Amino acid sequence: MNRFFDLPSDLQHSWFGLIGLHLREALLPVLAGLVVALPVAQLCVRFRWLYPPVLGLTTVLYAIPSLAFFVVLIDYTGQTELTVMIPLAVYSLVVLVPAIVDGVRSVPQETLAAATAMGFGPVRRYFQVQLPIAVPAIVAGLRVATVSSISLVSVGMLIGNQGALGNLLNDANIYHRPELAVNSVVTTAALAILADAALVLVRLVLTPWMPRGTRRVRRTRTATARPEPAAQPVLEDAVR
Amino acid sequence: MIRIDSVTKRYPDGTVAVDRLSLEIPDRSITVLVGPSGCGKTTTLRMINRMVEPSEGRILLDGADIREQPVNTLRRSMGYVIQNAGLFQHRTILDNIATVPRLLGWNRQRARARAAELMERVGLDSSLAKRYPYQLSGGQQQRVGVARALAADPPVLLMDEPFSAVDPVVRKGLQEELLRIQDELGKTIVFVTHDIDEAIKLGTMVAVLRTGGRLAQYAPPAELLTAPADDFVEDFLGTDRGIRRLSFFASSALELKTSPIVAVDSTAEQIATRGAGDTPYLLVTDLDGRPLGWAEPGELTAGEIDPGRLLPYGRPFEHGQESLRAALDGAVLSPTGWAVGVDGSGRVVGVVSQQTIGEAIRGAHAEGAAVAAGTEAEVSG
Repeated sequence: MNRFFDLPSDLQHSWFGLIGLHLREALLPVLAGLVVALPVAQLCVRFRWLYPPVLGLTTVLYAIPSLAFFVVLIDYTGQTELTVMIPLAVYSLVVLVPAIVDGVRSVPQETLAAATAMGFGPVRRYFQVQLPIAVPAIVAGLRVATVSSISLVSVGMLIGNQGALGNLLNDANIYHRPELAVNSVVTTAALAILADAALVLVRLVLTPWMPRGTRRVRRTRTATARPEPAAQPVLEDAVR
Repeated sequence: MIRIDSVTKRYPDGTVAVDRLSLEIPDRSITVLVGPSGCGKTTTLRMINRMVEPSEGRILLDGADIREQPVNTLRRSMGYVIQNAGLFQHRTILDNIATVPRLLGWNRQRARARAAELMERVGLDSSLAKRYPYQLSGGQQQRVGVARALAADPPVLLMDEPFSAVDPVVRKGLQEELLRIQDELGKTIVFVTHDIDEAIKLGTMVAVLRTGGRLAQYAPPAELLTAPADDFVEDFLGTDRGIRRLSFFASSALELKTSPIVAVDSTAEQIATRGAGDTPYLLVTDLDGRPLGWAEPGELTAGEIDPGRLLPYGRPFEHGQESLRAALDGAVLSPTGWAVGVDGSGRVVGVVSQQTIGEAIRGAHAEGAAVAAGTEAEVSG
């Protein structure tokens, strides 16, 4: 057990260093995904016909294995973190776009009519009425995207030590130290759970207006269609 | 004044929601648009604040076409109340009410002070200010909706089936509250409902629309009940319009009798004298003068009157305040056929028989007929 945190030097990081790296590689793509998803979702709400093709496109992108992404990207971005993060950002769209669209659409018709009747312009209405009311749905989407992203970072190991905690898996193999694999899996799972809890906290702070006790957790379609990512990062990686 | 000038709303698929509608909506009164679903009443209302643009015709506000001013300026000058209130669930009650003042550029403090003032006006406890809409009952939410519409003191108030989604008891309370607020503020209110009783209760003028968005009749409620323009309006008014019309006749015209009234502590002599009149029953009151019940004079024994054995007196009507409808209702409810008139504090001021009420109704009809003849309206029934 005393060798649990004794990491091989080829990782070039302490355990905490790996955690920091892992969080950066997992969370920045989700943030980037959110920045892209917000306007895309708004376009989908505004022009209904746009939603089905956009949804189809995000699903197709999601179906591209990360290895294939790497092969293409590596010519442009090399063996860098960016090569890992770009696919992760693209994957997050499949959860975030529908979450935001559903959230914005869930605003009751009479609330929208009342806002219009009181003299809200479309922009003001979006930022002051629709977006705040969509926060619970957006956070629900962010939770799935974040947890998924944290588990997927490990795959970066394949392009040369860009998998953060995932690199431990490779080292476990090379140095015949199974405790490193356990470390990788447990730490990744713990990070996922903590990140999820943090997002729940963020929602609680942002939505004092929601009925307590009967909070609806909006589960997006993809959340139930996939195995819980945090619990099985290794399996997930094998599939990719 | 709002003038709707032969306005038509035709949708791209050819549906006509409103068909050459012309209405003059007088200032400082409640004008009700009523009709079955699909009659274009909500569309008409939404054309007044340009949430729907007419295909033909125009709408004038104080003589000027409403399209002359920026659409959001127009909307901020018109309060809007909607079914289910349409409150902003993510804002507190106070901030919901302060919405339009904030849009108009008031600072937060002034807007909130104004909101607090309005909470009081619509009968909301100030302890609710920091709550969120989900913590309020449907009736309270609707009050917030009214307060929010009134916040910037707009001259015009548009109300789209505001009380349809609350239960009948709460609805009655809200209706009375609206009439009280209207007495104080004198807004120009356009009120949409599918409930003809609500229309008759609230409206100064009532516009009955028929399916397809055509105006069937535009008249004060009493005239509507007296002289429906056609079968559609008559049908829409329902079967008991005669009885309902009595709501518009004051009970002050009734001559009440005070002779058949005895207090519960009356002496045998008093009972004998009062019972000797031409009325078959005596009304027994308590020591404060409030009604206890009816009895035949022979059944009353001085000092031993048991209130539990008296005949029920129905529902007393407030003389001079309530209508002939309330008086008739009271008389019909009591097995004696007599109604009890009371004052504001519930003390008996006199009693009146069905027969006397009937005469008063005939008198009122004769008066109504004379008025109607003067305006060349047709009186049926």
